[in-house]
Amino acid sequence: MAIEVRIPTILRNYTDGEKAVSAEGATLSALIDDLEANHPGIRERLIENEDLRRFVNVYINDEDVRFIGGLEATLADGDQVVVLPAVAGG
Amino acid sequence: MLTIDQATYDAIVAHAKRDHPDEACGIVAGPEGSDRPERLVEMVNAAGSPTFYEFDSTELLALYKEMWANDEEPVVVYHSHTATEAYPSRTDIGLASEPNAHYVLVSTREHGNNEGPVEFRSYRIVDGEVTEEEVTVVPEPASNMRSTG
Repeated sequence: MAIEVRIPTILRNYTDGEKAVSAEGATLSALIDDLEANHPGIRERLIENEDLRRFVNVYINDEDVRFIGGLEATLADGDQVVVLPAVAGG
Repeated sequence: MLTIDQATYDAIVAHAKRDHPDEACGIVAGPEGSDRPERLVEMVNAAGSPTFYEFDSTELLALYKEMWANDEEPVVVYHSHTATEAYPSRTDIGLASEPNAHYVLVSTREHGNNEGPVEFRSYRIVDGEVTEEEVTVVPEPASNMRSTG
């Protein structure tokens, strides 16, 4: 099962500069664990206190995962995942 | 240094004035690696707040997909401060996530929605480090000034 994960510029130091990497997992949580196994350090940039960080957006097939189960959102072969940091400030 | 054309500069200032007292926000996209801000995209401040701004998550994805399709990147990320100086706040620094972008801050604290000068300043924000840079306003977009011969 291969899922393409689009990596934002600021996290590409974990992926040797790659804009997209392939990962596996039946849920977003499992996918992030798989990412961490191949790109150590990346999990902490996405997750805080066992939940997605407030200012990191993750989309599965263009749906913000916050509306489809968060870390428990399910994934299938061929799904497209995009990670985008929020553009926000004070 | 940020080099930006007059029309784009004026449009950012007009957006900030129009949305005052809420913060205005948006980007100027340009060809990847070019450092040329060419295509202004005004964004809605989903926070609708005088002290905070955030792009709506669905609009954020649509914006980035459009830029990827065009081989563009956000050359400028701008927002306004409506009661304080045009300097990145602690929140701005903590959330800055485009290391290659020029972060433009406009302050409308002097004249609000009315005519009159604004502060327009630009910064690099990398790993929590803020570096102010010079802003050069040119009459025409940089892409129009390239030699054709």
